[in-house]
Amino acid sequence: MTRFGGHMDKSGTAGKLKKRTKTFLLAVFSILLFLLVFNSSVLIGSIGFSPDYTIRIILKHFFGAGDISDIPDSAATIILNVRMPRVILSAMVGAALSLAGAAMQGLLKNPLADGSTLGISSGGALGAVISIVLGINIPLFPQAGLAIMSILASFLSLMFILALTYKIDYNLSNHTIILTGVIFSMLAGSITSLLVSLSGNNLRQVVFWSMGSFSGKGWSHVALMLPFFLAGSLPLTFLSRELNAFSLGEEQAGFIGVDIKKVKFAILILVSVLVGASVAVGGTIGFVGLVIPHITRFITGPDHRKLLPFSVLFGSSFLMAADLLSRTVLSPAEIPIGVVTSLVGGILFIYIFYSKMNVRR
Amino acid sequence: MLLEIRGISVRIKDRIIVDDVSFEVGDHDIYMVIGPNGAGKTTLFKAIMGLVPRKGKVLLDGTDIRTFRPGELAKKIGMLAQSHQPQFAYSVYDVVSLVRYSYQGGIFRKLTGQDKQKIEEALALTGMESMKDQSVLTLSGGELQRAFLAQLFAQDPQVLILDEPVSHLDLQYQIAVFDILSRWVREKRRAVIASVHDLNTVYTYGTRAMLINRGRVHAEGTVEEVLDKDNLKSVYNVDVAEWMKNLLEHWK
Repeated sequence: MTRFGGHMDKSGTAGKLKKRTKTFLLAVFSILLFLLVFNSSVLIGSIGFSPDYTIRIILKHFFGAGDISDIPDSAATIILNVRMPRVILSAMVGAALSLAGAAMQGLLKNPLADGSTLGISSGGALGAVISIVLGINIPLFPQAGLAIMSILASFLSLMFILALTYKIDYNLSNHTIILTGVIFSMLAGSITSLLVSLSGNNLRQVVFWSMGSFSGKGWSHVALMLPFFLAGSLPLTFLSRELNAFSLGEEQAGFIGVDIKKVKFAILILVSVLVGASVAVGGTIGFVGLVIPHITRFITGPDHRKLLPFSVLFGSSFLMAADLLSRTVLSPAEIPIGVVTSLVGGILFIYIFYSKMNVRR
Repeated sequence: MLLEIRGISVRIKDRIIVDDVSFEVGDHDIYMVIGPNGAGKTTLFKAIMGLVPRKGKVLLDGTDIRTFRPGELAKKIGMLAQSHQPQFAYSVYDVVSLVRYSYQGGIFRKLTGQDKQKIEEALALTGMESMKDQSVLTLSGGELQRAFLAQLFAQDPQVLILDEPVSHLDLQYQIAVFDILSRWVREKRRAVIASVHDLNTVYTYGTRAMLINRGRVHAEGTVEEVLDKDNLKSVYNVDVAEWMKNLLEHWK
């Protein structure tokens, strides 16, 4: 009997302990980062506030604790009704887009997959604009109609792009699927712009659907996003092991007993819900779903059981910070948030991609 | 019979890739599938696993495998793909442990002691112990093949379907893999189906064989029957025996 050479590694337990400590410290760090960015985003703006305002107003308003009589009413109003919903919304959208990106990358075993590179966001935006132009509404929930149309369009776009790619290239290789996504994205984007222009809306609207913005968003948008965010993100985190299996290839996932069709369908729907709802409230914001999972994977490794939760934390912090930049850099004017994410994200992505290529060589 | 393949046909668009292939694999068999490149070996294996649309039936212990749920099937039949192109930096241990998926219950699907034992055994068997924390992106072709072989052993199925399991391996590991397989298959209710190009390997380790050409079974039976001079001549267009004898001269 031949047996391969190799020596036992006895450091297993110690190694695991170290790994756990590392994960724990990383969790503490990313939560602190989230809180820091959240607080800064609420306080910094055209009018700045003292750092203790956020927590005191939250305590007073939501829990009835403490005293905020020394805080001017105008400040409390701005923080509570203007800044906070906007910051929370951007955090949710950042988390949703990052989760969706991480899930698509795992599912398709393709590190370049993302809502924007696959054209899902543009499809979703087209759906939303169609619903506005045609006046499609759900009685009692006028905003929900927009979100649902956007989700539906996202899902249909995703199915269309995947079906088309399968036809051209059965293996769904990196380049084919991205190319299909980019072409679809351009097509959907131009139809969106055309519809917006024809309907007599102004340029601002076109910019919103192509570059995204959280300008003027309030609690109603938070309320709209929240159920879709929860419905999309919670089930996804329970599919981490399946995503790990898909990351080794769809066939491989089948070999080890994953119900490929069912799981794939579920993930595609969840991703559509996350991207579609994000587009409905924030427009198309590119690169978040591409860059955040990349950075997170770099730190946590590719295991989706860690990758997904940390992508949520980093993604939300990233988009809150991007939104902060978008409204402060050229204040009082606002830059579309998609410009900020694409600038930061694009440069970061080129760097990561380039260094990765160098390592491989 | 442990596994019966009955009338498998695969048609992609207008081309018939696999044409009415039938064979049976019994306990302890190492069933060798040979044939030229493009003969349909890989497609046949994928068809058996149900990965491509097919006609025909695959029976495991008399039960149509289509009636098994994916998780059940994974405990019974495991397959090693011809090549692997990992994209993400999973460790060897991660890749191997993933295969215990079908054995794990509950939402959190934690690895049990038995899972861990199977994983360690599989790593030891394939010599991947010392590389278990290494990223699969840094492995050579042969090491990667061994990592996925380890995954297969940890999966612990009854039937292993191996698509060119040793094509990336150097001679030492080629021998080692088939030595391991012939020991593995000695246990009850186990069998191996493997496609191999090296006819010496077929002679040394195979119990039964099939010669497939252009999607059709050209010959089927014991290794001696299949590796008949005329069979090989008509499929490979080479007098294999003569060529082998000539080669042997070098080693005298």
